[in-house]
Amino acid sequence: MSADNMHIKLKVWRQSNSNTKGDFENYSLDHVSPDMSFLEMFDVLNEQLIEEGKEPVAFDHDCREGICGMCSMYINGRAHGPLKGVTTCQLHMRSFNDGDTIVVEPWRAEAFPVIKDLVVDRDAFDRVISAGGFVSVNTGNAQDANSLPIPKIAADEAFAAAACIACGACVAACKNASAMLFVSAKISQLALLPQGQAERTIRAEKMVAQMDAEGFGNCTNTGACSAECPKEIGQENIARMNREYIGAKLSSSAV
Amino acid sequence: MSWFSQTLTSSIGKKLLMALTGLFLISFLVIHATINAMIFYNDGGETFTHWGHFMGTNPIVRTLEIGLIIGFLVHIVDGLILWKNNSEARPIKYAMNKPSANSTWYSRSMGLLGTLLLIFLVIHTAHFWIPNRSNQFATGEELNLYQMMLDIFQNPLVVLIYVLGCISLFWHLLHGFKSAFQTLGLNHIKYNGAINFLGTAFSIVVPILFALMPISIYLGWVY
Ligand code: HEM
Ligand code: SF4
Ligand code: FES
Repeated sequence: MSADNMHIKLKVWRQSNSNTKGDFENYSLDHVSPDMSFLEMFDVLNEQLIEEGKEPVAFDHDCREGICGMCSMYINGRAHGPLKGVTTCQLHMRSFNDGDTIVVEPWRAEAFPVIKDLVVDRDAFDRVISAGGFVSVNTGNAQDANSLPIPKIAADEAFAAAACIACGACVAACKNASAMLFVSAKISQLALLPQGQAERTIRAEKMVAQMDAEGFGNCTNTGACSAECPKEIGQENIARMNREYIGAKLSSSAV
Repeated sequence: MSWFSQTLTSSIGKKLLMALTGLFLISFLVIHATINAMIFYNDGGETFTHWGHFMGTNPIVRTLEIGLIIGFLVHIVDGLILWKNNSEARPIKYAMNKPSANSTWYSRSMGLLGTLLLIFLVIHTAHFWIPNRSNQFATGEELNLYQMMLDIFQNPLVVLIYVLGCISLFWHLLHGFKSAFQTLGLNHIKYNGAINFLGTAFSIVVPILFALMPISIYLGWVY
Protein backbone atom coordinates (compact mmCIF):
# COMPACT_ATOMS: atom_id res chain seq x y z
CA MET A 1 0.00 0.00 0.00
CA SER A 2 1.09 3.54 -0.69
CA ALA A 3 2.29 6.04 1.88
CA ASP A 4 -1.20 7.43 2.31
CA ASN A 5 -2.64 4.11 3.41
CA MET A 6 -4.96 4.70 6.38
CA HIS A 7 -5.79 2.64 9.44
CA ILE A 8 -9.39 3.12 10.47
CA LYS A 9 -11.24 1.80 13.50
CA LEU A 10 -14.99 1.47 13.17
CA LYS A 11 -17.73 1.25 15.76
CA VAL A 12 -20.78 0.10 13.80
CA TRP A 13 -24.36 -0.50 14.92
CA ARG A 14 -25.35 -4.13 14.33
CA GLN A 15 -28.95 -5.27 14.68
CA SER A 16 -30.28 -8.43 13.02
CA ASN A 17 -33.87 -7.21 12.59
CA SER A 18 -36.43 -4.71 13.83
CA ASN A 19 -37.47 -6.93 16.75
CA THR A 20 -34.06 -7.49 18.25
CA LYS A 21 -31.97 -5.19 20.35
CA GLY A 22 -28.84 -4.11 18.55
CA ASP A 23 -25.42 -3.15 19.77
CA PHE A 24 -22.13 -1.71 18.57
CA GLU A 25 -19.38 -3.89 17.10
CA ASN A 26 -15.78 -2.76 16.75
CA TYR A 27 -13.82 -3.36 13.57
CA SER A 28 -10.34 -2.47 12.42
CA LEU A 29 -9.32 -1.79 8.82
CA ASP A 30 -5.63 -1.62 7.90
CA HIS A 31 -5.81 -0.88 4.17
CA VAL A 32 -7.99 2.12 3.56
CA SER A 33 -7.14 4.56 0.78
CA PRO A 34 -7.91 8.24 1.35
CA ASP A 35 -9.45 8.26 -2.12
CA MET A 36 -12.07 5.68 -1.22
CA SER A 37 -15.59 6.82 -0.67
CA PHE A 38 -17.10 6.05 2.73
CA LEU A 39 -19.21 3.30 1.15
CA GLU A 40 -16.18 1.78 -0.57
CA MET A 41 -14.56 1.64 2.84
CA PHE A 42 -17.64 -0.32 3.98
CA ASP A 43 -17.23 -2.63 0.97
CA VAL A 44 -13.71 -3.36 2.17
CA LEU A 45 -15.05 -4.04 5.67
CA ASN A 46 -17.72 -6.39 4.31
CA GLU A 47 -15.22 -8.36 2.20
CA GLN A 48 -13.08 -8.73 5.29
CA LEU A 49 -16.13 -9.94 7.27
CA ILE A 50 -17.13 -12.41 4.55
CA GLU A 51 -13.58 -13.81 4.46
CA GLU A 52 -13.77 -14.24 8.22
CA GLY A 53 -17.06 -16.08 7.77
CA LYS A 54 -19.03 -13.32 9.50
CA GLU A 55 -22.24 -11.54 8.55
CA PRO A 56 -21.50 -8.44 6.44
CA VAL A 57 -22.92 -5.08 7.57
CA ALA A 58 -26.22 -4.26 5.87
CA PHE A 59 -26.33 -0.69 4.56
CA ASP A 60 -28.47 1.04 1.95
CA HIS A 61 -26.96 2.43 -1.25
CA ASP A 62 -27.87 2.60 -4.89
CA CYS A 63 -26.52 5.34 -7.14
CA ARG A 64 -23.35 6.14 -5.19
CA GLU A 65 -23.36 9.53 -6.88
CA GLY A 66 -25.45 11.61 -4.51
CA ILE A 67 -28.81 11.45 -6.27
CA CYS A 68 -30.81 8.48 -4.98
CA GLY A 69 -30.83 9.37 -1.28
CA MET A 70 -30.38 5.79 -0.08
CA CYS A 71 -27.06 5.94 1.77
CA SER A 72 -28.36 6.84 5.22
CA MET A 73 -25.60 6.72 7.85
CA TYR A 74 -25.13 8.76 11.00
CA ILE A 75 -21.36 9.20 11.07
CA ASN A 76 -19.55 10.53 14.14
CA GLY A 77 -22.69 12.25 15.35
CA ARG A 78 -23.61 13.86 11.99
CA ALA A 79 -26.08 12.82 9.28
CA HIS A 80 -23.98 11.79 6.24
CA GLY A 81 -20.80 12.65 8.14
CA PRO A 82 -18.83 15.83 8.69
CA LEU A 83 -19.10 17.62 5.32
CA LYS A 84 -21.72 20.13 4.24
CA GLY A 85 -24.04 19.43 1.30
CA VAL A 86 -22.76 15.88 0.82
CA THR A 87 -24.28 12.38 1.00
CA THR A 88 -22.42 9.44 2.56
CA CYS A 89 -21.56 8.03 -0.88
CA GLN A 90 -19.89 11.33 -1.80
CA LEU A 91 -17.89 11.48 1.41
CA HIS A 92 -14.28 10.32 1.06
CA MET A 93 -11.88 8.86 3.55
CA ARG A 94 -9.59 11.89 3.11
CA SER A 95 -12.09 13.72 5.34
CA PHE A 96 -10.82 11.54 8.21
CA ASN A 97 -7.41 11.04 9.76
CA ASP A 98 -5.21 7.98 9.91
CA GLY A 99 -6.00 6.07 13.12
CA ASP A 100 -9.46 7.65 13.61
CA THR A 101 -12.27 5.75 15.29
CA ILE A 102 -15.49 6.37 13.37
CA VAL A 103 -18.89 5.73 14.95
CA VAL A 104 -21.63 4.73 12.47
CA GLU A 105 -25.30 4.50 13.47
CA PRO A 106 -28.57 4.18 11.57
CA TRP A 107 -31.04 7.11 11.35
CA ARG A 108 -32.85 7.25 14.68
CA ALA A 109 -36.57 8.05 14.47
CA GLU A 110 -39.80 6.39 15.54
CA ALA A 111 -41.02 6.76 11.94
CA PHE A 112 -37.85 5.13 10.49
CA PRO A 113 -37.60 1.71 12.19
CA VAL A 114 -34.32 -0.15 11.76
CA ILE A 115 -34.70 -3.11 9.37
CA LYS A 116 -31.16 -4.44 9.76
CA ASP A 117 -27.87 -2.91 10.91
CA LEU A 118 -27.71 0.53 9.23
CA VAL A 119 -30.75 0.03 7.00
CA VAL A 120 -33.91 1.85 8.08
CA ASP A 121 -37.42 1.70 6.66
CA ARG A 122 -38.16 5.06 5.03
CA ASP A 123 -41.54 4.05 3.60
CA ALA A 124 -43.11 6.80 5.71
CA PHE A 125 -41.68 9.28 3.18
CA ASP A 126 -43.26 7.38 0.28
CA ARG A 127 -46.63 7.39 2.05
CA VAL A 128 -46.38 11.17 2.55
CA ILE A 129 -45.62 11.60 -1.16
CA SER A 130 -48.50 9.37 -2.27
CA ALA A 131 -50.85 11.17 0.11
CA GLY A 132 -50.16 14.26 -2.01
CA GLY A 133 -52.04 12.56 -4.86
CA PHE A 134 -51.95 13.20 -8.58
CA VAL A 135 -51.41 16.38 -10.55
CA SER A 136 -54.47 16.45 -12.79
CA VAL A 137 -53.03 19.03 -15.19
CA ASN A 138 -51.50 17.06 -18.03
CA THR A 139 -47.97 18.27 -18.53
CA GLY A 140 -47.31 16.13 -21.60
CA ASN A 141 -43.87 14.99 -22.66
CA ALA A 142 -40.61 16.82 -22.17
CA GLN A 143 -41.03 19.33 -25.00
CA ASP A 144 -44.67 20.08 -24.07
CA ALA A 145 -43.62 20.77 -20.51
CA ASN A 146 -40.80 22.97 -21.76
CA SER A 147 -43.21 25.00 -23.88
CA LEU A 148 -45.26 25.99 -20.84
CA PRO A 149 -44.16 29.49 -19.86
CA ILE A 150 -42.98 29.64 -16.24
CA PRO A 151 -41.30 32.70 -14.73
CA LYS A 152 -37.60 32.11 -14.13
CA ILE A 153 -37.86 32.89 -10.40
CA ALA A 154 -40.64 30.34 -9.88
CA ALA A 155 -38.81 27.74 -11.96
CA ASP A 156 -35.59 28.25 -9.99
CA GLU A 157 -37.30 28.11 -6.59
CA ALA A 158 -39.31 25.02 -7.57
CA PHE A 159 -36.17 23.37 -8.87
CA ALA A 160 -34.26 24.12 -5.68
CA ALA A 161 -37.06 22.43 -3.69
CA ALA A 162 -37.25 19.52 -6.15
CA ALA A 163 -33.57 18.81 -5.54
CA CYS A 164 -34.65 16.96 -2.37
CA ILE A 165 -33.63 13.31 -2.73
CA ALA A 166 -35.78 12.04 0.18
CA CYS A 167 -32.70 10.81 2.02
CA GLY A 168 -34.11 11.49 5.49
CA ALA A 169 -31.03 13.31 6.80
CA CYS A 170 -33.30 16.17 7.91
CA VAL A 171 -35.29 13.79 10.13
CA ALA A 172 -32.09 12.13 11.36
CA ALA A 173 -30.43 15.41 12.32
CA CYS A 174 -33.47 17.13 13.82
CA LYS A 175 -33.68 16.89 17.61
CA ASN A 176 -37.43 16.34 17.17
CA ALA A 177 -37.11 13.84 14.29
CA SER A 178 -39.33 16.22 12.33
CA ALA A 179 -39.90 15.63 8.62
CA MET A 180 -40.94 19.21 7.92
CA LEU A 181 -38.02 20.07 5.65
CA PHE A 182 -38.70 17.06 3.42
CA VAL A 183 -42.47 17.60 3.33
CA SER A 184 -42.06 21.33 2.75
CA ALA A 185 -39.75 20.65 -0.21
CA LYS A 186 -42.30 18.27 -1.73
CA ILE A 187 -45.16 20.72 -1.17
CA SER A 188 -43.11 23.67 -2.48
CA GLN A 189 -41.96 22.11 -5.74
CA LEU A 190 -45.56 21.84 -6.91
CA ALA A 191 -47.09 24.86 -5.16
CA LEU A 192 -44.67 27.12 -7.06
CA LEU A 193 -45.55 25.81 -10.53
CA PRO A 194 -48.68 26.49 -12.63
CA GLN A 195 -49.31 22.74 -13.04
CA GLY A 196 -49.50 22.39 -9.27
CA GLN A 197 -52.31 24.91 -8.73
CA ALA A 198 -55.39 22.71 -9.24
CA GLU A 199 -54.65 20.42 -6.26
CA ARG A 200 -52.66 22.96 -4.29
CA THR A 201 -54.79 23.14 -1.13
CA ILE A 202 -55.80 19.49 -0.87
CA ARG A 203 -52.20 18.42 -1.43
CA ALA A 204 -50.89 20.52 1.46
CA GLU A 205 -53.65 19.28 3.77
CA LYS A 206 -53.16 15.60 2.93
CA MET A 207 -49.38 15.56 3.00
CA VAL A 208 -49.23 17.29 6.38
CA ALA A 209 -51.90 14.94 7.77
CA GLN A 210 -49.90 11.92 6.59
CA MET A 211 -46.68 13.37 8.00
CA ASP A 212 -48.39 13.70 11.39
CA ALA A 213 -49.83 10.17 11.19
CA GLU A 214 -46.36 8.72 10.60
CA GLY A 215 -45.16 9.90 14.01
CA PHE A 216 -42.56 12.46 12.99
CA GLY A 217 -41.89 15.22 15.53
CA ASN A 218 -42.78 18.90 15.37
CA CYS A 219 -40.34 21.44 14.00
CA THR A 220 -38.94 23.94 16.52
CA ASN A 221 -37.02 25.90 13.89
CA THR A 222 -33.56 24.93 15.08
CA GLY A 223 -32.39 24.88 11.44
CA ALA A 224 -30.46 21.61 11.94
CA CYS A 225 -32.20 20.03 8.92
CA SER A 226 -31.08 22.62 6.38
CA ALA A 227 -27.56 22.59 7.84
CA GLU A 228 -27.31 18.82 7.36
CA CYS A 229 -29.34 18.46 4.13
CA PRO A 230 -27.11 17.17 1.31
CA LYS A 231 -29.14 19.27 -1.15
CA GLU A 232 -29.14 22.32 1.16
CA ILE A 233 -32.93 22.72 1.05
CA GLY A 234 -33.64 26.01 2.83
CA GLN A 235 -35.80 26.99 5.80
CA GLU A 236 -37.94 29.22 3.57
CA ASN A 237 -39.60 26.03 2.34
CA ILE A 238 -40.87 25.25 5.84
CA ALA A 239 -42.25 28.78 6.11
CA ARG A 240 -43.93 28.26 2.72
CA MET A 241 -45.42 24.94 3.86
CA ASN A 242 -46.83 26.64 6.97
CA ARG A 243 -48.42 29.31 4.77
CA GLU A 244 -49.74 26.73 2.31
CA TYR A 245 -51.18 24.57 5.08
CA ILE A 246 -52.78 27.36 7.09
CA GLY A 247 -54.12 28.94 3.88
CA ALA A 248 -55.45 25.58 2.72
CA LYS A 249 -57.17 24.88 6.04
CA LEU A 250 -58.83 28.30 5.99
CA SER A 251 -59.92 28.21 2.38
CA SER A 252 -60.33 24.64 1.11
CA SER A 253 -63.76 23.05 0.73
CA ALA A 254 -62.77 20.04 2.87
CA VAL A 255 -64.76 20.61 6.08
CA MET B 1 -63.14 16.21 14.12
CA SER B 2 -64.14 19.49 12.59
CA TRP B 3 -61.65 21.15 10.23
CA PHE B 4 -60.99 23.73 12.92
CA SER B 5 -59.95 21.39 15.72
CA GLN B 6 -58.18 19.23 13.15
CA THR B 7 -56.10 22.25 12.21
CA LEU B 8 -55.25 23.21 15.77
CA THR B 9 -54.25 19.68 16.76
CA SER B 10 -52.08 19.12 13.68
CA SER B 11 -48.33 19.60 13.97
CA ILE B 12 -48.43 22.96 12.19
CA GLY B 13 -51.52 24.00 14.15
CA LYS B 14 -49.79 23.35 17.48
CA LYS B 15 -46.79 25.32 16.28
CA LEU B 16 -49.10 28.11 15.16
CA LEU B 17 -50.64 28.30 18.65
CA MET B 18 -47.13 28.39 20.10
CA ALA B 19 -46.11 31.27 17.87
CA LEU B 20 -49.30 33.31 18.33
CA THR B 21 -49.33 32.95 22.11
CA GLY B 22 -45.55 33.55 22.20
CA LEU B 23 -45.93 36.85 20.33
CA PHE B 24 -48.87 37.78 22.54
CA LEU B 25 -46.72 37.16 25.63
CA ILE B 26 -44.01 39.31 24.05
CA SER B 27 -46.50 42.17 23.70
CA PHE B 28 -47.35 41.69 27.38
CA LEU B 29 -43.65 41.93 28.26
CA VAL B 30 -43.44 45.31 26.53
CA ILE B 31 -46.19 46.74 28.73
CA HIS B 32 -45.00 44.98 31.89
CA ALA B 33 -41.42 46.21 31.41
CA THR B 34 -42.52 49.76 30.57
CA ILE B 35 -44.71 50.18 33.64
CA ASN B 36 -42.21 48.57 36.02
CA ALA B 37 -39.43 50.77 34.62
CA MET B 38 -41.29 53.70 36.23
CA ILE B 39 -39.53 52.75 39.47
CA PHE B 40 -36.37 54.22 37.93
CA TYR B 41 -37.91 57.71 38.30
CA ASN B 42 -36.92 57.15 41.93
CA ASP B 43 -39.90 59.19 43.09
CA GLY B 44 -40.80 56.90 45.98
CA GLY B 45 -42.88 54.80 43.62
CA GLU B 46 -45.36 57.54 42.79
CA THR B 47 -45.40 57.12 38.98
CA PHE B 48 -45.16 53.34 39.26
CA THR B 49 -48.06 53.16 41.70
CA HIS B 50 -50.15 55.48 39.51
CA TRP B 51 -49.81 53.18 36.49
CA GLY B 52 -49.98 50.04 38.62
CA HIS B 53 -53.29 51.26 39.97
CA PHE B 54 -54.55 51.87 36.42
CA MET B 55 -53.50 48.37 35.31
CA GLY B 56 -54.98 46.77 38.42
CA THR B 57 -58.36 48.46 38.26
CA ASN B 58 -59.17 49.49 34.68
CA PRO B 59 -61.99 47.18 33.48
CA ILE B 60 -60.57 46.85 29.94
CA VAL B 61 -57.14 45.93 31.28
CA ARG B 62 -58.67 43.51 33.76
CA THR B 63 -60.55 41.81 30.91
CA LEU B 64 -57.36 41.62 28.85
CA GLU B 65 -55.72 40.04 31.89
CA ILE B 66 -57.99 37.02 31.47
CA GLY B 67 -56.74 36.76 27.90
CA LEU B 68 -53.19 36.90 29.24
CA ILE B 69 -53.81 34.04 31.67
CA ILE B 70 -55.32 31.97 28.85
CA GLY B 71 -52.40 32.91 26.62
CA PHE B 72 -49.91 31.72 29.23
CA LEU B 73 -51.83 28.48 29.82
CA VAL B 74 -52.14 27.67 26.11
CA HIS B 75 -48.45 28.46 25.55
CA ILE B 76 -47.34 26.33 28.49
CA VAL B 77 -49.66 23.35 27.88
CA ASP B 78 -49.05 23.35 24.12
CA GLY B 79 -45.29 23.71 24.71
CA LEU B 80 -45.26 20.73 27.05
CA ILE B 81 -47.36 18.64 24.62
CA LEU B 82 -44.93 19.45 21.78
CA TRP B 83 -41.99 18.65 24.02
CA LYS B 84 -43.50 15.23 24.85
CA ASN B 85 -44.44 14.48 21.20
CA ASN B 86 -40.97 15.43 20.08
CA SER B 87 -39.16 13.20 22.53
CA GLU B 88 -41.45 10.31 21.52
CA ALA B 89 -40.51 10.86 17.87
CA ARG B 90 -36.99 9.66 18.73
CA PRO B 91 -37.31 6.90 21.36
CA ILE B 92 -33.75 5.62 20.78
CA LYS B 93 -31.13 8.35 21.03
CA TYR B 94 -27.84 8.45 19.16
CA ALA B 95 -24.83 7.03 20.99
CA MET B 96 -22.75 9.79 19.41
CA ASN B 97 -24.35 13.08 18.46
CA LYS B 98 -22.89 16.46 17.53
CA PRO B 99 -25.87 18.80 17.30
CA SER B 100 -23.67 21.83 17.96
CA ALA B 101 -22.46 21.41 14.36
CA ASN B 102 -25.88 22.26 12.97
CA SER B 103 -27.84 24.35 15.48
CA THR B 104 -27.58 26.57 18.57
CA TRP B 105 -28.01 25.00 22.02
CA TYR B 106 -30.74 27.45 23.01
CA SER B 107 -32.84 26.70 19.92
CA ARG B 108 -32.72 23.06 21.01
CA SER B 109 -33.56 23.89 24.64
CA MET B 110 -36.83 25.82 24.34
CA GLY B 111 -38.71 23.29 26.47
CA LEU B 112 -36.08 23.44 29.20
CA LEU B 113 -35.83 27.25 29.10
CA GLY B 114 -39.64 27.44 29.10
CA THR B 115 -39.80 25.19 32.16
CA LEU B 116 -37.29 27.42 33.97
CA LEU B 117 -39.54 30.36 33.06
CA LEU B 118 -42.53 28.46 34.41
CA ILE B 119 -40.77 27.87 37.74
CA PHE B 120 -39.83 31.52 37.85
CA LEU B 121 -43.39 32.51 36.99
CA VAL B 122 -44.76 30.53 39.96
CA ILE B 123 -42.33 32.25 42.34
CA HIS B 124 -42.93 35.65 40.79
CA THR B 125 -46.74 35.52 40.86
CA ALA B 126 -46.58 34.23 44.45
CA HIS B 127 -44.58 37.36 45.35
CA PHE B 128 -46.82 40.01 43.82
CA TRP B 129 -49.75 39.15 41.59
CA ILE B 130 -51.47 36.48 43.72
CA PRO B 131 -51.29 38.39 47.08
CA ASN B 132 -52.41 41.60 45.38
CA ARG B 133 -55.35 40.12 43.49
CA SER B 134 -56.51 38.06 46.49
CA ASN B 135 -56.37 41.14 48.68
CA GLN B 136 -58.34 43.09 46.07
CA PHE B 137 -60.85 40.28 45.96
CA ALA B 138 -61.15 40.08 49.77
CA THR B 139 -61.04 43.76 50.74
CA GLY B 140 -61.26 45.73 47.48
CA GLU B 141 -57.99 47.39 48.40
CA GLU B 142 -54.74 47.14 46.42
CA LEU B 143 -51.54 46.30 48.23
CA ASN B 144 -48.59 48.68 48.22
CA LEU B 145 -46.67 46.86 45.49
CA TYR B 146 -43.81 49.35 45.56
CA GLN B 147 -43.16 48.80 49.26
CA MET B 148 -43.45 45.03 48.72
CA MET B 149 -40.78 45.23 46.02
CA LEU B 150 -38.46 47.18 48.33
CA ASP B 151 -38.93 44.52 51.00
CA ILE B 152 -38.77 41.39 48.85
CA PHE B 153 -35.65 42.46 46.98
CA GLN B 154 -33.63 42.88 50.18
CA ASN B 155 -33.05 39.11 50.06
CA PRO B 156 -30.02 38.33 47.84
CA LEU B 157 -31.36 34.84 47.08
CA VAL B 158 -34.56 36.35 45.66
CA VAL B 159 -32.51 38.80 43.58
CA LEU B 160 -30.49 35.86 42.25
CA ILE B 161 -33.65 33.93 41.30
CA TYR B 162 -34.97 36.98 39.43
CA VAL B 163 -31.69 37.45 37.57
CA LEU B 164 -31.66 33.75 36.61
CA GLY B 165 -35.26 34.13 35.42
CA CYS B 166 -34.19 37.04 33.21
CA ILE B 167 -31.29 35.02 31.79
CA SER B 168 -33.70 32.18 30.90
CA LEU B 169 -35.99 34.73 29.30
CA PHE B 170 -33.09 36.09 27.24
CA TRP B 171 -32.24 32.69 25.74
CA HIS B 172 -35.91 31.72 25.29
CA LEU B 173 -36.62 34.93 23.39
CA LEU B 174 -33.38 34.92 21.40
CA HIS B 175 -34.70 31.87 19.59
CA GLY B 176 -38.44 32.31 20.21
CA PHE B 177 -38.88 35.77 18.72
CA LYS B 178 -37.48 34.84 15.28
CA SER B 179 -38.88 31.34 15.47
CA ALA B 180 -42.43 32.66 15.87
CA PHE B 181 -42.17 34.56 12.57
CA GLN B 182 -40.82 31.51 10.74
CA THR B 183 -43.68 29.42 12.15
CA LEU B 184 -46.20 31.98 10.91
CA GLY B 185 -44.65 31.63 7.47
CA LEU B 186 -43.15 35.13 7.60
CA ASN B 187 -39.79 34.34 6.08
CA HIS B 188 -38.95 36.86 3.37
CA ILE B 189 -35.66 38.40 2.27
CA LYS B 190 -37.14 41.88 2.60
CA TYR B 191 -38.03 41.47 6.27
CA ASN B 192 -35.72 38.78 7.68
CA GLY B 193 -33.01 41.31 8.50
CA ALA B 194 -35.43 43.52 10.44
CA ILE B 195 -36.99 40.56 12.28
CA ASN B 196 -33.58 39.22 13.29
CA PHE B 197 -32.38 42.62 14.46
CA LEU B 198 -35.57 43.35 16.38
CA GLY B 199 -35.57 39.86 17.90
CA THR B 200 -31.99 40.10 19.13
CA ALA B 201 -32.42 43.66 20.40
CA PHE B 202 -35.65 42.81 22.22
CA SER B 203 -34.15 39.68 23.79
CA ILE B 204 -31.26 41.71 25.18
CA VAL B 205 -33.00 44.94 26.23
CA VAL B 206 -36.08 43.56 27.97
CA PRO B 207 -34.36 40.99 30.23
CA ILE B 208 -31.65 43.52 31.19
CA LEU B 209 -34.33 46.08 32.05
CA PHE B 210 -36.16 43.51 34.19
CA ALA B 211 -32.97 42.29 35.88
CA LEU B 212 -31.99 45.86 36.77
CA MET B 213 -35.13 46.24 38.90
CA PRO B 214 -34.28 43.77 41.72
CA ILE B 215 -30.59 44.62 41.41
CA SER B 216 -31.17 48.37 41.75
CA ILE B 217 -33.40 47.91 44.76
CA TYR B 218 -30.97 45.50 46.43
CA LEU B 219 -28.05 47.87 45.88
CA GLY B 220 -30.11 50.80 47.14
CA TRP B 221 -30.11 52.72 43.83
CA VAL B 222 -33.90 52.70 43.93
CA TYR B 223 -35.52 53.20 47.31
C1 HEM C 1 -43.87 30.01 31.28
C2 HEM C 1 -43.52 28.96 30.71
C3 HEM C 1 -43.14 28.82 29.27
C4 HEM C 1 -42.98 27.61 28.68
C5 HEM C 1 -43.18 26.27 29.33
C6 HEM C 1 -42.60 27.84 27.29
C7 HEM C 1 -42.33 26.85 26.40
C8 HEM C 1 -42.08 27.03 25.07
C9 HEM C 1 -41.84 25.98 24.12
C10 HEM C 1 -41.77 24.50 24.42
C11 HEM C 1 -41.71 26.55 22.91
C12 HEM C 1 -41.59 25.79 21.59
C13 HEM C 1 -40.24 25.69 21.08
C14 HEM C 1 -40.11 26.29 19.71
O1 HEM C 1 -41.12 26.46 18.99
O2 HEM C 1 -39.00 26.58 19.35
C15 HEM C 1 -41.84 27.95 23.08
C16 HEM C 1 -41.77 28.84 22.07
C17 HEM C 1 -41.90 30.19 22.24
N1 HEM C 1 -42.06 30.85 23.44
FE1 HEM C 1 -42.28 30.02 25.25
N2 HEM C 1 -42.55 29.17 27.06
C18 HEM C 1 -42.86 29.81 28.25
C19 HEM C 1 -42.91 31.16 28.45
C20 HEM C 1 -42.75 32.07 27.47
C21 HEM C 1 -42.78 33.47 27.68
C22 HEM C 1 -42.94 34.16 29.01
C23 HEM C 1 -42.61 34.03 26.43
C24 HEM C 1 -42.58 35.46 26.01
C25 HEM C 1 -42.91 36.45 26.63
C26 HEM C 1 -42.48 32.99 25.45
C27 HEM C 1 -42.30 33.18 24.11
C28 HEM C 1 -42.15 32.19 23.17
C29 HEM C 1 -42.02 32.37 21.74
C30 HEM C 1 -42.06 33.67 20.99
C31 HEM C 1 -41.87 31.11 21.16
C32 HEM C 1 -41.68 30.80 19.68
C33 HEM C 1 -42.87 30.19 19.01
C34 HEM C 1 -42.44 29.45 17.76
O3 HEM C 1 -41.33 28.91 17.72
O4 HEM C 1 -43.21 29.34 16.83
N3 HEM C 1 -42.55 31.81 26.11
N4 HEM C 1 -42.07 28.23 24.41
S1 SF4 D 1 -34.91 17.87 2.59
FE1 SF4 D 1 -32.70 17.41 2.33
S2 SF4 D 1 -32.22 16.14 4.10
FE2 SF4 D 1 -34.45 16.10 3.92
S3 SF4 D 1 -34.94 14.33 2.66
FE3 SF4 D 1 -34.75 16.07 1.25
S4 SF4 D 1 -32.61 16.03 0.57
FE4 SF4 D 1 -32.70 14.73 2.40
S1 FES E 1 -26.06 6.05 -2.74
FE1 FES E 1 -27.39 7.33 -3.86
S2 FES E 1 -27.23 9.22 -2.80
FE2 FES E 1 -25.74 8.00 -1.83
